Amino acid sequence: MPTYQLKINGKNLQAEVDSDTPLLWVLRDNLGLVGTKYGCGIAQCGACTVHLNGVAVRSCSLPISAVGSKAVTTIEGLSEKGDHPVQQAWNEVDVAQCGYCQAGQIMTAAALLGKKSKPTDQEIETAMNGNICRCGTYHRIHEAVVLASTKISK
Amino acid sequence: METITKTNRRDFLKLGLATGGGLILGFHWNTSSASSFEVVNPDLLDTINFNSYLSISSDDVITIFSPNPELGQNIKTSFPMIVAEELDADWTKVKVVQAVLDTKKYERQLTGGSGAIPHSWERLRKAGATARQMLMEAAAKKWNVSSASITTDTGFVIHAESGKKVTYGSLATEAATIPVPAEVKLKDKKDFKIIGQPIRNVDNQDMITGKSLYGIDFYREGMLIAMIQRPKSFGMKIKSVDASAAKSSAGIIDVVTFKNNVAVVGKSTWQVNKARKLLKIEYEVDGKIESTEDHDKLFKELLESKETTVRRKDGDVDAAFAGAAKVIYREYQCPFLPHNPMEPMNFFAHVRPDGVELVGPSQTPDMARNEVAKLLSISPDKITLELTRLGGGFGRRLKADYVLEAAELSSIMKAPVKVIWTREDDMGGGSYRPAVRYRFQAALDVNGNLIGYKLRGVGINSGNSTREDNFPAGAVDNLLIDSVEHKSAITTGAWRAPITNFLAFAEQSFLDEVATEAKQDPIQFRLNLLEKAKKAPVGAIKYDIDRTKVVIELAAEKSGWGKKKNVAQGFSVYFSHRSYVAQVAEVEMVKGKPVVKKIFAAADCGVVVNLSGANQQVRGGIVDGMGHAFFGNLTFKDGAAEQVNFNNYKLIRYNEVPEIDVHFVNNGIDPTGLGEPALPPTGGAIANALYSATGKRLYNQPFSKQEALTGVNLNPKG
Repeated sequence: MPTYQLKINGKNLQAEVDSDTPLLWVLRDNLGLVGTKYGCGIAQCGACTVHLNGVAVRSCSLPISAVGSKAVTTIEGLSEKGDHPVQQAWNEVDVAQCGYCQAGQIMTAAALLGKKSKPTDQEIETAMNGNICRCGTYHRIHEAVVLASTKISK
Repeated sequence: METITKTNRRDFLKLGLATGGGLILGFHWNTSSASSFEVVNPDLLDTINFNSYLSISSDDVITIFSPNPELGQNIKTSFPMIVAEELDADWTKVKVVQAVLDTKKYERQLTGGSGAIPHSWERLRKAGATARQMLMEAAAKKWNVSSASITTDTGFVIHAESGKKVTYGSLATEAATIPVPAEVKLKDKKDFKIIGQPIRNVDNQDMITGKSLYGIDFYREGMLIAMIQRPKSFGMKIKSVDASAAKSSAGIIDVVTFKNNVAVVGKSTWQVNKARKLLKIEYEVDGKIESTEDHDKLFKELLESKETTVRRKDGDVDAAFAGAAKVIYREYQCPFLPHNPMEPMNFFAHVRPDGVELVGPSQTPDMARNEVAKLLSISPDKITLELTRLGGGFGRRLKADYVLEAAELSSIMKAPVKVIWTREDDMGGGSYRPAVRYRFQAALDVNGNLIGYKLRGVGINSGNSTREDNFPAGAVDNLLIDSVEHKSAITTGAWRAPITNFLAFAEQSFLDEVATEAKQDPIQFRLNLLEKAKKAPVGAIKYDIDRTKVVIELAAEKSGWGKKKNVAQGFSVYFSHRSYVAQVAEVEMVKGKPVVKKIFAAADCGVVVNLSGANQQVRGGIVDGMGHAFFGNLTFKDGAAEQVNFNNYKLIRYNEVPEIDVHFVNNGIDPTGLGEPALPPTGGAIANALYSATGKRLYNQPFSKQEALTGVNLNPKG
């Protein structure tokens, strides 16, 4: 099995895995970063969302061989103290129910706001539509994205 | 690698008593009688038959064990709020710990039926109140004053006369020596400071940083990963297995066949997943092989069946229908639904010669343990079960099939094993909401009064597909409710608001249509029936007439029922799981297509414990009800599910939810549960609003597939 040198959450890590192994399972099985969740395995639900050079990607469908030297950020590395404006907003709005999809929701929202701190409702919709929340917390997800946007824009 | 730290009672005690001393109050979670509250000597903990603990450390940390599985219903926040309220604690100093399964200490460690809060309300209150009183008595003794002169305020014990004020923690050790009071006074509900507030989820910080551990995240050194190939078709069994390619695949330790399962065991999830695809399994028929089109035909036959089970019979329906001025006859059908919690099924098991360790997500840990004990022919005492957080449940995790798989496989492999289901396994693997068809018949007299009512429910592995004592039973003189069940190889189980998740849609749609035929306003029609049930009740009435009326009137008032222009409204009300919820849906025509814009909900669940969590349960229930009414559709071809992932099975998404406006009656009645009751009324409210907007009635779910029948594009967004 080949060895991959990875840049994850600011650290240089390595993993010896089959080249077709999705990033999701390298994170979860090899690196112990289990905050990124498995939901569907076919890039439909967004639970596995991480950042690749700041862009939201579905790690369940991204083979490790395609990651290269790009910087990977997972929920564990979004902020040092768990206080990224999106995380703060998620706490203040009290978004989560079961919480399983929320890491993916937060990573999607953080990537959107990283690109554009004041997105339109339409842009929020386009970004967040890719993440399923089975508990149905969509109203609060919306509120939290808007709140995070105001925090970032300050 | 990160591992889940096992929290047992000893660890907890070390935690709770880290600074030396403190009050540990043990109480039987299963009873609210004060005699069962005793102060526990920590050294004797293992020998005393206690059920749960509230501790106050001398540095003022209050720790409360929460025994029930947390799957998003917010129990881990709401339970401690109730204890903290009566303790008069400083909520910011309360720590919550998930308890392991221990039926000697806790009862009903179960999440289901919206029952956790109603079941535990009184004993949680008494637990808090008992500790508070002991703290007050300890202060009285110490200061040599009467205990009646002592008060508390948010974590402090106060003697106003002398101006003395100390923290709970500073008195905890002394309080532990006070005899447990036989009776305690509970707060007047109007004095609640914590209960009724919007309190944030105690696990928020862990959830937003990825630290919350679910079953699928569990790791143990040396643990093996397993995936199981189960028959794709219900009604088939294994004929032969060729596992040679899978076995020689990279990273695979073994391939094991047990029961009707072929398990691929290895070290990494991806390698196991890949190897499983290399299995060559032949199946043979072992039961009925059914398809959705068979069920569609079957339903029509069963509706004519002579072999029905009568569920309720009042008066003389035949005479009522024979003498009716008008008879209305409608049928409604719903498909199977998978639960689809975001975290697929999984469980960890380590079967050792001296005992069994189980870790994972379960709504019914006690049942899971007992079933494992039976499977392995050992005593349940030899099994520990640690609950992780649950990534949703919706009823799926009431079953223990996936726990048994893990235990059996660990026993075979003689190693710690975590069994993981993929989404495809989860959606194709059974235990569905049963497919059901209903026939409703109503007889009206010349004045539009409902004089006869018949309901027949036919379903596949549905048990009793009716709720015979629900409204309008009790308000109709002549009523007959019966059901027929077809036994199938396709497995079914409880799905959030079992039976009522669809029955409510059918019933509330039908009543709307009857009201229209009777030329009455749909809300007034229901109120008239309730009035009749109150004045001249027919048979047993299990719903509270006044509470039903109150939510109906509140929903009408808040939604401005009947007063809006260019907005089509639809009404629905339902009593389930001890609570009452009325809803008004609003549909507007946008570019010629109906769009669901807003839903008003009026809920009576008694006392609202956590306003934030309660709002989430109502909105989440409505989103769930709406999403499945529009899209949920699991069909079968030759015994196999035709949709097994989100590429062709749609769940409702962010842009499809309307505004939802939630109102609580909050009448001071002891709380009656909220995990399910908001879901049943939603489909009916929306269907009735869509009718009002388009003139088309919906009889089947999912709505999105009804365009051929109604000629209307039915998507929430138009």
